[in-house]
Amino acid sequence: MITVKNLHKRFGNLHVLKGVSNHVEQGEVVVVIGPSGSGKSTFLRCLNLLEEPDEGEVWVDGVQVNMPGVNINKVREEVGMVFQHFNLFPHKTALENITLAPIKVRGWDKKEAEAYAYELLDKVGLRDKARVYPDQLSGGQKQRVAIARALAMKPKVMLFDEPTSALDPEMIGEVLDVMKKLAKEGMTMVVVTHEMGFAREVGDRVLFMDEGFIIEENTPAELFTNPQNPRTQSFLSKIL
Amino acid sequence: MDFRWDLIIRSMPVLLEGAWVTVKLTTIAVTIGLVIGTFVGMARTSKNKIVYGIASVYVDFIRGTPLLVQIFLVYMGLPQLLGFPIPVWIAAITSLGVNSGAYVAEIVRAGIQSIDRGQVEAARSLGMTHRQTMRYIILPQAFKRIIPPLGNEFIAMLKDSSLVAVISLEELMRKGQIIQTRTFRPFEIYLAVAVLYLIMTLTISRLVAFAERRLKTE
Ligand SMILES: Nc1ncnc2c1ncn2[C@@H]1O[C@H](COP(=O)(O)OP(=O)(O)OP(=O)(O)O)[C@@H](O)[C@H]1O
Ligand SMILES: [Mg+2]
Repeated sequence: MITVKNLHKRFGNLHVLKGVSNHVEQGEVVVVIGPSGSGKSTFLRCLNLLEEPDEGEVWVDGVQVNMPGVNINKVREEVGMVFQHFNLFPHKTALENITLAPIKVRGWDKKEAEAYAYELLDKVGLRDKARVYPDQLSGGQKQRVAIARALAMKPKVMLFDEPTSALDPEMIGEVLDVMKKLAKEGMTMVVVTHEMGFAREVGDRVLFMDEGFIIEENTPAELFTNPQNPRTQSFLSKIL
Repeated sequence: MDFRWDLIIRSMPVLLEGAWVTVKLTTIAVTIGLVIGTFVGMARTSKNKIVYGIASVYVDFIRGTPLLVQIFLVYMGLPQLLGFPIPVWIAAITSLGVNSGAYVAEIVRAGIQSIDRGQVEAARSLGMTHRQTMRYIILPQAFKRIIPPLGNEFIAMLKDSSLVAVISLEELMRKGQIIQTRTFRPFEIYLAVAVLYLIMTLTISRLVAFAERRLKTE
């Protein structure tokens, strides 16, 4: 579903991604971990071209997307993204947050978009919040609406950038539950998170990033209990 | 010293007529300013160097030169280029509107830049184009935030519009001048003119404060 080859990204003189390669199968759930500043977010953002890679290839569903002439907007329609700080549209209700892109981008009519939005609100357990504005939602509820918003485009892949790290501890569970449900339904997911329970339960593979490289990858069970690289060992000893 | 109240009272119908012209003139000018300012304000946030450059030259020129000079450039300078005279009304609306556009542009730019980057990223990650993102996400939020400075711009323009008296457009200031040359009572007349301006500006600032409160509680 996603293939990256020798991905490089620089911000000025700062070389953030130094040759990242990987392949994500359809239906696979890949968890990305690593210290702060190691390039996890940048890697994720290169996958939907929120950052433009300087070198290397990004393939999504059989198409190389970082090529001149490729319609970036079309690529992004197929790749949903969920952010650490939710980034809901504050001037729109939960329902409008979810239906805006399907209507404006996909060209669905309003009825159709709303019917599907209600289905998604059911899925994230927030049907009763449809008409509510984001500032009246708790953090956990905001993030669940944000997930529904991304799903409304019927994406082929979902990217999550630390979706629970801005949440109060008692709200983390409700968001992870939605994500687990998605994973079990077969959604292809790339998730930057330090929630090891989540990684163990639904992760197919864990990538450990450090200083712009993926320096180790394995199944969650293997990587967490038997890390090979000393830097992985030291990182895990700090967070487990 | 005697103070001629009767003169003020007798001048009032004419002055009110002028005040009405001032309100219309200002409203039209700021409306034009809003249209220009929205586009130029967006251009001032553009990554495209040419778009940004043109917008910046416009904003810098307008804000760096006196409005009076701009009014003369339009009313007297343009006809020289065009080869035909421009009606006073058109000249006034054009010079004030184009002037207002530059100030509104800076307000709009600040409004756009005050919106969290995450909003753009969320919209773009859903496949929305730059234009859709501006239209449905950024501008609606930005305009809500810039209502107070836009109100201030309206007040400033209402006062500055008195400058078009120099090209004999009969708004409030010009009406005052006309009465003054007939009566030779500048103190009473210009005091009355000043009070009328004050009433208009105070009314607008109240309206803006009200709108601001309404939007906050929303
Ligand atoms: N737009 C940008 N401009 C300049 N530098 C950037 C930009 N985005 C990221 N960086 C820098 O790139 C490096 C990697 O950032 P990135 O956000 O990918 O790390 P991360 O692994 O996600 O870290 P964290 O766990 O803190 O989120 C950091 O040093 C960061 O300061
Ligand atoms: Mg990050």
